[in-house]
This record gives sequence, structure tokens and C-alpha cells, in this order.
Amino acid sequence: MLANFDFDVIRRSLGYLFFDGMTFTLMLTGLATVGGIIWGTLIAMMRLSGVWGLPRIAQLYVDLMRSLPLVLVIFWFYFLVPYIGQWLTGASRPVRVGAFESSLLTFTLFEAAYYAEIMRAGIQSISRGQPAAASALGLTYWQTMRYVVLPQAFRNMLPVLLTQTIVLFQDTSLVYVLSITDFLGAASKVAQRDGRLVEMYLFAALVYFVISSIASFGVRRLQARIAIVR
Amino acid sequence: MIEISHVDKWYGTAFQALKDCTTSVAKGEVVVVCGPSGSGKSTLIKCVNALEPFQKGTITVDGISVGDPRTNLPKLRSRVGMVFQHFELFPHLRIIDNLCLAQEKVLGRSHAEAMAKGSKLLDRVGLKDHAQKYPAQLSGGQQQRVAIARALAMDPIAMLFDEPTSALDPEMISEVLDVMIDLARDGMTMMVVTHEMGFARKVANRVIFMDQGEIVEDAQKEEFFNKPRSERAQKFLSKILSH
Repeated sequence: MLANFDFDVIRRSLGYLFFDGMTFTLMLTGLATVGGIIWGTLIAMMRLSGVWGLPRIAQLYVDLMRSLPLVLVIFWFYFLVPYIGQWLTGASRPVRVGAFESSLLTFTLFEAAYYAEIMRAGIQSISRGQPAAASALGLTYWQTMRYVVLPQAFRNMLPVLLTQTIVLFQDTSLVYVLSITDFLGAASKVAQRDGRLVEMYLFAALVYFVISSIASFGVRRLQARIAIVR
Repeated sequence: MIEISHVDKWYGTAFQALKDCTTSVAKGEVVVVCGPSGSGKSTLIKCVNALEPFQKGTITVDGISVGDPRTNLPKLRSRVGMVFQHFELFPHLRIIDNLCLAQEKVLGRSHAEAMAKGSKLLDRVGLKDHAQKYPAQLSGGQQQRVAIARALAMDPIAMLFDEPTSALDPEMISEVLDVMIDLARDGMTMMVVTHEMGFARKVANRVIFMDQGEIVEDAQKEEFFNKPRSERAQKFLSKILSH
């Protein structure tokens, strides 16, 4: 059976797969992780704040994002963002937003809901005496967060945050619905063009598997190291 | 320096933690606050720098009202040092950085200035060699001395101690008390919640005895130890001094 397969198609398309596809996937993963953690941390702070109404709004946001299928959100944003842009800027017609910007915004906002829950657990893991000590020294709320609470919360939660990023790395493949050339999109295009579906999808699966496994292994090593430091 | 006047505090509606508390700490005075656990002494001292809110009465520190919503609390707190039962050093920062953080971010001192001040204070509490370590690498007594140095780095006008030796192993208590005694003899204004009656005898000017949220006794040291007026203070003293 294997005789009918042409694995040379992989070799021939390596440049396209990795330089075009994987670069996009990694860039989207990286930027959405950074954006998602920043936005997620702000949501977590809102959720834990004593300011009237803010915790409710944050919770609503998290619940909403977590109860919608990601593909749906990707679609929605792709079609809605131009209109939101028009509304925000007061332009006469919908603002043109590139597929990359649209998907980056989607993943940032979507993943922020998950990162928010992780950061919330992280902030709550810090004993109340820490912010009290920081306040007693005269640090403001923002300084206390920036220099005392968040660095500790972030360090405690680093393995979980990275694990979520591995999930995000796999999830980015869903941008294929926007016909974007991410890694899976690139593999898919070659597969259809050359009629080599089995080979290309097998190879794509292998690549995702290898990268995710190595990353998971790295996270486990890191976890062991953090456990010793504490 | 610190004026506490008719302060009431409730947790929720049911539990009154402080009942009509009135007292004061003059400049250069050392006041020890004692009493059974749950008597409100920690709550009272935390009200002084507004770590705990209170509902009625007034507290002023150096003429500034703590309960006034217009008061710049971070600024007020930066002038009043506080030492906690569980040290509360920042575990992710080196000892020297624990001392520098607020100096730089709150007082706006340069890193070099903050380092110089920090090193000098670490030397004063006998921990100069530990500057580059992390808090977890030090013993409890050492950590508490660092915490005192961290508070002193802000050049406070008064120091609050909330049971500074209660979480320590017995053999480490004296090293912390020595630093505090030294500080008191230097003329620092201090309000100290503690059960260490030896410390009170040595350096306190006044002793406040609290029970069930009330200030039951507020007397000069000699008077408090020799002939406490209230029965509750007598009982407390007999229990605490009998062994």
C-alpha cells in the first residue's frame, strides 16, 4: 500500500510549509500569547477588584468566550471587525482588516478568557500579607500589582500558562476557515494541488505532535525546577 | 504623633472588633499593646496605617487624618513603618532588592542611593553578608530583621509592630527583640503589639491592655506591671508572667 504514496511531495514543499506556513503559525501563537496574557491579566484583576460592577463584567466576558466554539468566534470577528472598525473610526464604509490582524485579534481576545482564569488562580495563590506589606511601604495598587503580586503569580502559574499556549498553538490551525496559509493551511493547499492528502496530513500531524511534545517536555522540566526553587 | 480617638470597627454587622478605642502615642514614645488573642490589638494597629478600615472615630498620624477619603494613603503609609507577624518579605526579590523597591518606587531615590541606605541598614541589623540571598534562604529571625530594615529604609516617623516575634522559634526571638530595643533607645516612636513582657519592661513607656475590642487599661509601664487597675489585666498578667 505504501508503494502508492509519494513522500517526496513533502520534501518538495518544505520551504513553503515552513517559511510561509509555520512562520505564520508561530507568529500568531507568539503574539496571541503575549496579547492574551496581558489582556487576561487585566481581566483577572478586574474580576478580583472591589470596584462595583467590574467583577461582573469580567466574569461575563470569561463565561461568554468560554461557551462559544472557537471557529464561530473566528468567523464572527472576521465579518464583524470591519464594521466595528467603521463604527469606531466613523468611516463611511467598513474598514478593511487583513486576515492576519483579524485572527490575531480573535485569538488574543478568546485566549485571554483562559489566561484570565489562570492568572486569577495565580493572584489568589499569593498570601494576603504580601499586598498588605507592599501597601504598608507606600506602594500604590498598580505598583503593588506590578512589582509584588503579578511577578509571583506569573512565576507560580508559568507552567500552566505555557500549557495553555501549547493548546493555542494547536488551535491556530483553525484559521484555515479563513483560507489563511498557516502551517496546516499550507499543507492542505499542497495536498489538494498535488492530490497527496494522506501524505501531507500525516506529515502535518507529525509536525504538530513533535513540536507540542517537545514543548510539553520543556514545561515539565520547568515545573520541576520551579518546585525546587520554592 | 499618633492620635486614636473613639474608634469603632465592625466586621460585617454582627461582630464589633473595636469598641470606642481612644489612646495616643507621643513622639519618641514606645507603647506596647497586649491582650488575649482576638482582643482587637492587631486590628487596632492595622487601622493606624489604614490597612484595615474603621467605621467610626478618627485616627491622625502626624496631624493627617487616616480615615479621611481625601488623604493620600500611599504617601501616609510610606512614612509609617510596619513589621508583620509573618515577615512578608517579597520572596521573588533578593534581600537587598526587598530594601530598595519602595525606596526607589515610592520615594524616588536613585538605585545607588537606595543601595547605600539598604546596605547600611542591613549592616545595622547584622545581615550585611546576606544581601544577595533570597528570603527563603534565611531563618525566621533573620527574615524579621530584614523586614525591620526594610521598613527603616523609608525613614519612617513611627514604627508599627504587629506581633513581630509570634511566628518565631524561641531561640530567634531575642535577636529580633535586640534590634527593636536598639531602635527604641534611639528614640523611634513605636507602637508594638506583643506578648513579650520582658521587652515591655525594658523599653516601653506605656502599656495598653485590650480585651474584647476595648482598651481596658492604658497606663505607665510601672503602674501597669505593679498594680493594674482592672481585674482582667490582673488575670492576664498573672497568666502570662507565671511561667
